Amino acid sequence: MTTAYEYDVLVMGAGLAGMRAALAAHEAGARVAIMTKVHPVRSHSNAAQGGINAAMTDRGDDWEEHAFETVKGSDYLADQDAVEILAQEAGREILTLEHMGVIFNRNEEGRLGTRRFGGQKRARTFFVSDFTGQAMLHVLFEQLMKARVPVFEEWFVTSLVKDADGRCAGLIGFEIRTGQFALVKAKAVIVASGGLGRVFEPSTNALICTGDGMAIAYRAGAALMDMEMVQYHPTTLKGKGLLITEAARGEGAYLLNRDGERFMKRYAPNMMELASRDVVSRAGQTEINEGRGVDGCVLLDCRHLGRRLIHERLRQISDEVHSFAGIDLTKEPVPIRPGMHYQMGGIKTDVDGRCWDRHGAWAGVPGLFAAGETACLSLHGGNRLGANSLLDTVVFGRRAGRCAAEYAREVPTPHVPDSTVGMEQQAVSALLSRHANTDSVATIRHEMGVAMHTHLGVFRDQEGMMTAKETLEALHDRYSRVGVQDKGQVFNTSLIRALELGFMLDCAETIVRSALLRRESRGAHFRTDYLHRDDAQWLKHILVYHQPDGSPRVAYLPVRLTRWEPKVRTY
Amino acid sequence: MITTFRIRRFNPETSPSMPYFQEYKLDTDRADTVLDALIHIRETLDESLTLRCSCRGAICGSCAMRINGHAALACKTKVQAMASERGIVQVEPMNNMPVIKDLVTDMAGFWEKVRQVQPWLQPAGQEPEAEYLASAESMNHLTGVMGCIMCGACVSDCAALEVDERFVGPAALAKAYRFVADPRDGAGRSRLLALNEPGGMWDCTRCMECIEVCPKGVGAMDRIMSLRGQGIQAEVPSTCGARHAEVFADLIYRKGRLDEPMLAVRTFGLRNLSRLLSLLPMVLRAFVRGKVPKTGPFHRAIPGLEKFRRLFQRMEERP
Repeated sequence: MTTAYEYDVLVMGAGLAGMRAALAAHEAGARVAIMTKVHPVRSHSNAAQGGINAAMTDRGDDWEEHAFETVKGSDYLADQDAVEILAQEAGREILTLEHMGVIFNRNEEGRLGTRRFGGQKRARTFFVSDFTGQAMLHVLFEQLMKARVPVFEEWFVTSLVKDADGRCAGLIGFEIRTGQFALVKAKAVIVASGGLGRVFEPSTNALICTGDGMAIAYRAGAALMDMEMVQYHPTTLKGKGLLITEAARGEGAYLLNRDGERFMKRYAPNMMELASRDVVSRAGQTEINEGRGVDGCVLLDCRHLGRRLIHERLRQISDEVHSFAGIDLTKEPVPIRPGMHYQMGGIKTDVDGRCWDRHGAWAGVPGLFAAGETACLSLHGGNRLGANSLLDTVVFGRRAGRCAAEYAREVPTPHVPDSTVGMEQQAVSALLSRHANTDSVATIRHEMGVAMHTHLGVFRDQEGMMTAKETLEALHDRYSRVGVQDKGQVFNTSLIRALELGFMLDCAETIVRSALLRRESRGAHFRTDYLHRDDAQWLKHILVYHQPDGSPRVAYLPVRLTRWEPKVRTY
Repeated sequence: MITTFRIRRFNPETSPSMPYFQEYKLDTDRADTVLDALIHIRETLDESLTLRCSCRGAICGSCAMRINGHAALACKTKVQAMASERGIVQVEPMNNMPVIKDLVTDMAGFWEKVRQVQPWLQPAGQEPEAEYLASAESMNHLTGVMGCIMCGACVSDCAALEVDERFVGPAALAKAYRFVADPRDGAGRSRLLALNEPGGMWDCTRCMECIEVCPKGVGAMDRIMSLRGQGIQAEVPSTCGARHAEVFADLIYRKGRLDEPMLAVRTFGLRNLSRLLSLLPMVLRAFVRGKVPKTGPFHRAIPGLEKFRRLFQRMEERP
């Protein structure tokens, strides 16, 4: 037995982008529901620590400066029309969040206070201590409860459904608790299921960040763009790679090498520790590679910031460093290293979250929308500025939600035969009934993560990336034969991890394919065999499409420039 | 170090579907958390071991479970701090909620209670064009309770919930406090009125477990006490709970000691005869077991009462 549900707008994922989109669609009068594999407040948006950028004009800031710094941060790969919207709408969105109840830090006058963040000259980062993402996520969930938006909580989405005309028609998934499959029909689907961090090992990302939405949309015909652009965060904790917020450096912390030297003065003499992330990560990794690190790490020194500031503004990382590394931030420097953190690329959308193009510049799936880390506008281009990701989720989450609601008003209810569910269920049953062999999902996943980290990390070259490509092909083959030990219906996490691995392998393949094509160094994509940026050849986006036979097809789109011509980039 | 993990298993699909303990031996290292160990078990020894986990960094609240009898986040708990002398760590699902499978509990009831306190900002008056003005201090104060990640640890180990499942519980009450203490919220009085009802803020027995087990230092019980204080100050209609607190303080002021019979009589009121009579069996049992002092059930004021009253005075001057 399967149950059928029907909505105007269906959102996959309940992080900041997903909830913001759902609220916007709800306000626009759409019947909206959310499907999410974890409870909304368990989403990975929680992990965003430092803050959210906005150039507020009533504070003497200038949106054009924010936009320019974002474009420069992207190493000129960002589409500038999207960046302009981001910077222009930021202030209003911050106020909306404040009115909803986010407890942003205040200054002495009782107004919103700011701190500095990387790649920007002005303090324009609004924050809640160092758990801004969590504070925002919980407030959006409060609003979701108030609006009574239905949530399919702990439902695992297996695929996107299209009608006979190729329009997006809903999602198929199963309730994790019962194993029961359902088709949830919708006129519009917004994919907002976050990033793919776990494709790399280690990563700052939560274990749930497995690129589900990207892979599902890709398999359904949407384009993945800028996939080669993977951000390594400069300061991740030694060991499991937990994140240490950029806010530490924003508040004045130093980066030191084994000689106690503030090495950033050799790499970014003006911005020092607050240069953009790709620059700081390369600097840190170079120090480590050239033997000036300490046990594979460099040091983050917060000692001079003082106990009071650390308690008020860096409380979470102070606890984190204490619990996970046994270090007192006020007394000792912390060993850190660059670690995989964010995927700049994702499902190609326009500035209203649409994953299809009506003018034929690129194809896609009508009725499909995306927002947040899952999506790629391209806002962040080759490198995202710190505190722009939270802003991205709310600005473009809202725009996608509103546009999806409008779209749903214009189109009829899609027709999908109920047998679609049965076919999907059979595919999953086939995986479930496969006999266990000596291989395991965990081993394949681990080998994939290590290969990606080794060959597609801070520094890349042709040979390494080819090795990664071959490794992935072999792992794909092993994946097609691996079994699942737990055969039950109820809360089968063994099955879920197997399905997630399938999504991750697809994502990994698009990353490697795009990275091999881009024969230059730009932003986070730094090739030791092509050291320089090549605007003549590569001022363009790489798009990858899935073809029915499983092989990817590649296309290109020029970068949209509005007012900033590419220049030499120094910090 | 070889550690034995004694894990409570439960699978509703197997028959008979009864919980049982299963042991796994692992070589653990000094830095390993209980979550690392559980993931290791799942990946190398038994794929069917079921738990929720995600961030690994004590932010998402997925992996709350009972470790050696107390609720904690597995990702924040070091194996070595938990291993007994014989190298055993016991892991069970959270208490006070139904178990779905192994270490996974059903949190629907938890969320229903959170919803009960209407956990969204309800501002009074017109929305300002810019941000609401609020003191840095008040917002900083709220970060303490906004730090709650809704993991359920406090609810798992709440002693009051164990005997009365109608109690809204520490997590929901801490959430309610977050709005009562928010200068932007205009619904304080109606919130306090709702919390004044049975099952609300007066049902906490102050066992402190929620403070002990909270992985984020939210201090739910302290927030509940603040709510009670605010309720009394806002003069929300008197309830047994509020009267109990007031009569308690008044008796101490008058007599310098707790006068239990008077406490009961004044808290419930002489008119509430049925409630008072219902206490009789307990009184008799107390008498039989020698819990009633030889001087009889009624107490006189203690000598040197003046010193006591000076303490009260000082508290009133410097609360």
